[in-house]
Amino acid sequence: MSADVSGTAVTTSVTNTTATLNILQKPAVPPSYVSTRNACKLCAPLGAALVFRGIEGALPFLHGSQGCATYMRRYIISHFREPMDIAASGFSESSAIFGGAENLRRGLENVASRYKPGMIGVATTCLCETIGEDVAAMVREYALLKGQQADTGTAPQLVHVSTPSYSGTHVDGFHAAVRSVVETLVTSQPAPSHHINLFPGLVSAADLRYLKEIADDFDISALVLPDYSETLDGPALDTYEKIPAGGTPIHGIRSTAGARASIEFGRTIRDRDTAAAFLESTFGVHAHRLGLPIGINETDRLFSVLEDIAGRPVPGNHEMDRGRLVDSYVDGHKYVFGKRAIVYGEEDLVVGLAALLAEIGIIPVLCASGGKSGALRQAVAEVAPNLPELSEICDNTDFMSIAERAKLLKPDLLIGNSKGYGIARDLGIPLVRVGFPIHDRIGGQRILHLGYRGAQQLFDRIVNALLEFKQETAEIGYSYM
Amino acid sequence: MTDILQERERQVYRKGKEPFAIDCEKQSVAGSVSQRACVFCGSRVVLYPIADALHVVHGPIGCASYTWDIRGARSSGPQLHRLSFSTDLQEMDVIRGGEKKLFAALCELIDAHQPKAAFVYATCIAGIIGDDVNAICKQASEAKGIPVLPVHSEGFKGTKKDGYRAACEALFQLIGTAPPEGIVPTSINILGDFNLAGEIWMIREYFERMGIQVVACITGDGRVDDIRRAHGAALNLVQCSGSMMHLAKSMKERWGTPFLRVSYFGIEDMAQALYDTARFFKDPEIMRRTQELVRQELDKVMPQIDAYRRQVQGKKAGIYVGGAFKAFSLVRALRLLDMKTVLVGSQTGSREDYEQLRELCDEGTIIVDDSNPLELAGFLQEKEVDLFIGGVKERPIAYKLGVGFCDHNHERKEALAGFAGMVNFAREVHSTVMSPVWQFTARKRKGMAV
Repeated sequence: MSADVSGTAVTTSVTNTTATLNILQKPAVPPSYVSTRNACKLCAPLGAALVFRGIEGALPFLHGSQGCATYMRRYIISHFREPMDIAASGFSESSAIFGGAENLRRGLENVASRYKPGMIGVATTCLCETIGEDVAAMVREYALLKGQQADTGTAPQLVHVSTPSYSGTHVDGFHAAVRSVVETLVTSQPAPSHHINLFPGLVSAADLRYLKEIADDFDISALVLPDYSETLDGPALDTYEKIPAGGTPIHGIRSTAGARASIEFGRTIRDRDTAAAFLESTFGVHAHRLGLPIGINETDRLFSVLEDIAGRPVPGNHEMDRGRLVDSYVDGHKYVFGKRAIVYGEEDLVVGLAALLAEIGIIPVLCASGGKSGALRQAVAEVAPNLPELSEICDNTDFMSIAERAKLLKPDLLIGNSKGYGIARDLGIPLVRVGFPIHDRIGGQRILHLGYRGAQQLFDRIVNALLEFKQETAEIGYSYM
Repeated sequence: MTDILQERERQVYRKGKEPFAIDCEKQSVAGSVSQRACVFCGSRVVLYPIADALHVVHGPIGCASYTWDIRGARSSGPQLHRLSFSTDLQEMDVIRGGEKKLFAALCELIDAHQPKAAFVYATCIAGIIGDDVNAICKQASEAKGIPVLPVHSEGFKGTKKDGYRAACEALFQLIGTAPPEGIVPTSINILGDFNLAGEIWMIREYFERMGIQVVACITGDGRVDDIRRAHGAALNLVQCSGSMMHLAKSMKERWGTPFLRVSYFGIEDMAQALYDTARFFKDPEIMRRTQELVRQELDKVMPQIDAYRRQVQGKKAGIYVGGAFKAFSLVRALRLLDMKTVLVGSQTGSREDYEQLRELCDEGTIIVDDSNPLELAGFLQEKEVDLFIGGVKERPIAYKLGVGFCDHNHERKEALAGFAGMVNFAREVHSTVMSPVWQFTARKRKGMAV
């Protein structure tokens, strides 16, 4: 420990090294495994399916085996507890040999006739990518066949995104789909539509609703893409909506080039070819690229950008939220100071959580993700520059590697999705559930992470998890803590 | 009226319409949003519960991620099956081939976990890039001294049923590789129970009380060494015949082991399974013990079941499950609760299965093969179903429409088999049908339901 006094975050990349910006390499690097053991990531098309589900009238469609769609549906349903229809072209052995064009055509045809979608989002799978299908061309041909040009008519708009699961994770599929949707639908002569484009990334339904509320309070009209706040968290009904109401309006997406600015969340995607980057380079729409607004510091950055765009100060109710949050930080600071946490999940979520933890005095002793953007270390260093103790940053890692580190690091709590429960259970420490998937509790879609209110909820939950642990493990059962 | 794709019209049958005709056992219609998974899924569900084996998914990460620890298949010992291992193929592997990576992964994982055997699932990509999975398995087996069995489960090579078959073929390679010492003549293998929520422990205990030795559980709470000597058992009991019949037939052919089709769901089918087994051994003592067991168990459970029945009777049920054989048991179990099945379907039923379902069901019942959310939602409304039975993917369809739901799939954590399981089933039906929450849902407010 004494040798590592620089207070600098360290990268220990577990398997295929991609993040090599590390300044220090800890001597005790976990054993390097060829295999992935309890993956801390999902495959790319799942991210694309979530995006397509968040667009008005759109239906996700996978070009590949039937199983891909079914597995993803089950995974998403178990988190949101909502219907999630994903169509598939359903490759057979002959389509794998001779190509799946006919399956794709018939699938699109059937989906169009039954669901009457405004848009079909076609994501590829590893299968069709490996056999070298030109899905983009197939989709174009199909559209031509239907006599449809890009932005006319009533037949569904088709959007294609390439999401082979051997390249990247569900996060990459998510951002690629957002970009594809914008790139396909945007027009160079936009109708007046909205002030800003907001690309929040993979956040909860509650987060999406709250972001829209914040924009409203600033009197900014924001196009949030995707927006599954209603399509994956809707009311009880008396009929089965083929495609649930809600989602980002397509006419708005067409007009994204006319917005004053784009705001995009994600410090690890900043240098990538995202929707905001595309709109900036092609149409000169200024891109504000921020971290996920988790915690006060990161949220202040968002509110400052909104103040600039709106030309008005932070609305009173949000100032009040912030004030209450600061007040609660003070009330709870002693319960959390110096505690050690392991955070894991998507890279940008991990960065946001590290920012929150750093500002309340909890040490993120391990920041872990299955993603491998190569930007995780740098991003954590930016949001948590003064970590009082050496923190490990592991990208491209898996849950068994996290478990092995956890045994040595002896954290006080875990913060992440349900898949880390086994580790928390083995260590006998609390797990504060955030992100996706939440498969062992109800209400994952309603967890608020973002903004002052999200930070408030996270802070309360973290403090209470630690208090509960202290109370439960104390010799005396005090009812006054 | 429920809207059904023209291509699928012949996969829906309404009892009363003659002659009986239903299309089934075919590839899902493209774009139909089938509830089915794929070949890999079939193999994975069958082999998953073997707890002291290593299960390695060879392919990109998705297949392994989506099947990590999602089932309630319990083990009384090792928990190795609950971990997820993948070769996580990357772009360069797809270009250059994944054989070296697979071999290295097998070596490190076998060294680390010391399994009794390893199953290697070849997924879509392994098949497409032409990896010689058989050769790598052989090589790993020789290097590490344990059976390493390829499971050819490329997702596109058929349906879930083909995955069952691939799993059975892998299992068959294990059987007969250890001496059948110490096996008595009154012995059985339990095929096609996956020990969800500990069900096989209950079933096993029944057989032991009858004086019957259980040699191997295939695959619930399964152990490689037991499976290796399964050929020594006198009889195979086959539940979930869709998945296990291929193995039972192979064993009959190779080892002469006879088999009986059974089901442990519902007290009628459970009792029938025990009596059929007792009858097979032609031992009056076993039969006497069986009668006593059934009587004792019924005395225990019937008062509880009756109490639930009085409250749920008259409600209408819909069933959509993976295999049709389970549906038979569910129709009968619901009848015991005086509930009427108005909709029943499966992902993988055969024509014979559906014919049997027709005989079992009342006039007007909808029988459907390889259905999808839009159809199922339509049927639920058309038939004014009060309780839907299915799996995770069917649950939100029911709930969204304000219809009660009971999970009877692999993810469940409640034991529903055996005599005690019937009480749990009745309790679960009761807890959803009688819940006061429906008063707020649109369906109830419109007065559509009873």
